[in-house]
Amino acid sequence: MHTSSPPLAPPTLEVTALQTSFIYKRFSVKAVRDVSLRLERGKTLALVGESGSGKSVAALSLMGLLPPAGRIVGGQAVYRQADGTTHDLARLQRRQMRRLSGPDLAMIFQEPMTSLNPLLTVGDQIVEMLLTHERLSREAARKRTLDILRLVEIPAAERRIDDYPHQMSGGMRQRIVIAMALVCNPALLIADEPTTALDVTIQAQILDLMRRLQAELGMSILFITHDLGVVAEIAHQVAVMYAGEVVEQAEVGQLFSSPAHPYTQGLLSSIPHAMRKNPEEGRRARLNPIPGSVPPIHALPEGCTFRPRCPHSEQRCTLPVTLETAGPGHRTRCWKWEAVQWSTRH
Amino acid sequence: MVSYLRTRLLGMVLTVLIVLVFVFFIARLAPGDPAELLLGPDASAADAEALRERMGLNLPVPVQFLSFLGQLLRGDLGTSIFYRQPVLEVMAARAEPTILLTLMSLAIAVTIALPIGIYGAYRRGGAFDQGAVAVAMLAAALPNFWVGLLLQKYLGTDLGWFPVSGYGNPDASIWERVQHLVLPSIALGFAQSAIILRFSRASMLDVLGDDYIRTARSKGISERRVVLRHALRNALIPIVTVIGLSFALLISGAVITERVFNLPGVGSLIVGAVLRRDYPLIQAALIVVAALYILVNFLIDMIYLAIDPRVKY
Repeated sequence: MHTSSPPLAPPTLEVTALQTSFIYKRFSVKAVRDVSLRLERGKTLALVGESGSGKSVAALSLMGLLPPAGRIVGGQAVYRQADGTTHDLARLQRRQMRRLSGPDLAMIFQEPMTSLNPLLTVGDQIVEMLLTHERLSREAARKRTLDILRLVEIPAAERRIDDYPHQMSGGMRQRIVIAMALVCNPALLIADEPTTALDVTIQAQILDLMRRLQAELGMSILFITHDLGVVAEIAHQVAVMYAGEVVEQAEVGQLFSSPAHPYTQGLLSSIPHAMRKNPEEGRRARLNPIPGSVPPIHALPEGCTFRPRCPHSEQRCTLPVTLETAGPGHRTRCWKWEAVQWSTRH
Repeated sequence: MVSYLRTRLLGMVLTVLIVLVFVFFIARLAPGDPAELLLGPDASAADAEALRERMGLNLPVPVQFLSFLGQLLRGDLGTSIFYRQPVLEVMAARAEPTILLTLMSLAIAVTIALPIGIYGAYRRGGAFDQGAVAVAMLAAALPNFWVGLLLQKYLGTDLGWFPVSGYGNPDASIWERVQHLVLPSIALGFAQSAIILRFSRASMLDVLGDDYIRTARSKGISERRVVLRHALRNALIPIVTVIGLSFALLISGAVITERVFNLPGVGSLIVGAVLRRDYPLIQAALIVVAALYILVNFLIDMIYLAIDPRVKY
């Protein structure tokens, strides 16, 4: 599974065939069946998929934050520190994971309204992060906290630092969550739908903020979303997930212009075209939803999981599919990718 | 805040008044006559009538109630028919064992239940958790008088670790009196601990699944800190409520426990007063208990204020 022209610098994160299951007494569920990702230093990789495709579980697996029943059952997730030291996140002990969480890996969660502790001031919650990982006095930690609050553009930071989360709006709280994630200068930021719960104007502000912070701090971002509009705005690379597998990964322009997996193609053609150059055309154009729905995890079809919904499917698709290379840095889990690309262009 | 306190205080006074009305009339609805009970079976009907008249018991009940209210406004809760002393004095003399018993059993219940509940929730479904839940169910099902009897037999008589009953000599040291309270406190605290355990476990389970706990973990802080600093404080809000409610159960439990362990407390005083139809004493005792209960509830609301910044009065 090598790309045809490997980039020069080794990636910050290289996930290979990651598998995560939820194991209960009587049954288990494979939420992540085969996820392979490659995230370059200082870049943003968007992980895209519908709800239930396993993208959040994949992210939680990387952070060691799976709920009690969740277990990583296979694969590797190699995180490479700036000095070249590597850690396999899929096999880390809790203690090692704790040491990395904060200064190396940080996460932003989907739900700003509930992801802050209601009983502690926002300042205390950020200070706690600093004091856990750095040898600082309380005063110095508070000063750093003020700095980071200003960086994420909290107005009147010296006053808001002592506010409780309930005294803030959703957008402000998400800024706090971002500030908390960034305060120890992580090399890899995992953002799980950080803007989904916010309204569109706030969403644009937050995306803009993240882009600027990435340029300033040079971190790599794994950005999880189901919104292809957001992907176009923020990502350098995109990986598309379907039913627990990454079905395609490519550079963002490449993915949008010539998708090499029928699922990606379907996703792209189901975006409303309100933004088209000719508004009349946009209004008249019908949406092309993908027929059918995502199969439940316990009843996946054999071979290609997208087969029952795929316009290109044929007999051969019942056999297991591996990742094919469809171009430089472009991988797809479809052996008919050439036909798919051709059909997009015509 | 000030206006909240004012309304709150008014509400508390009103509640006590309502309790007072109920207590006054219900005590008199029960059959039996204090005069006859006081004079004994040999007394003549005329003697009983005379005594009733002296105590004002031959007046219509509403009139009695008005004069009771009048007394009350002057700060006089009345004089015990049986002890022939002001009821407050009678109760003050019996308050100590009850207060100590209630506090000790609450302390025992909380010390047992809170850590077990928290740890059980943290290791949900494990052997420890399942065992704790099973024992808690058993504990809640056992009547505390029976637990008291077992404790008296095994820890008191057989092992001789603690005094079996009573409250020591009148001039006994406080240490000795406390020793007399150990077994009753365990008996009373045991059932309470079952309730508090189940609530703290449930509340903790709830909180441990919350998003901000995941956020806290993502910061790389120790599990100990996640549980004690982030989860426990949030879980405490419902736990404090239950502890307050269980205070009411402790008071009623004290009545029975004091009988079993022959403690000269307010509980046994109330039982005696009911049997003797000592109306002023029944009234006063129940009013004090009700007032205490209301006060505890008020304190709990104040504790919320201290725990949760979202609570504003």
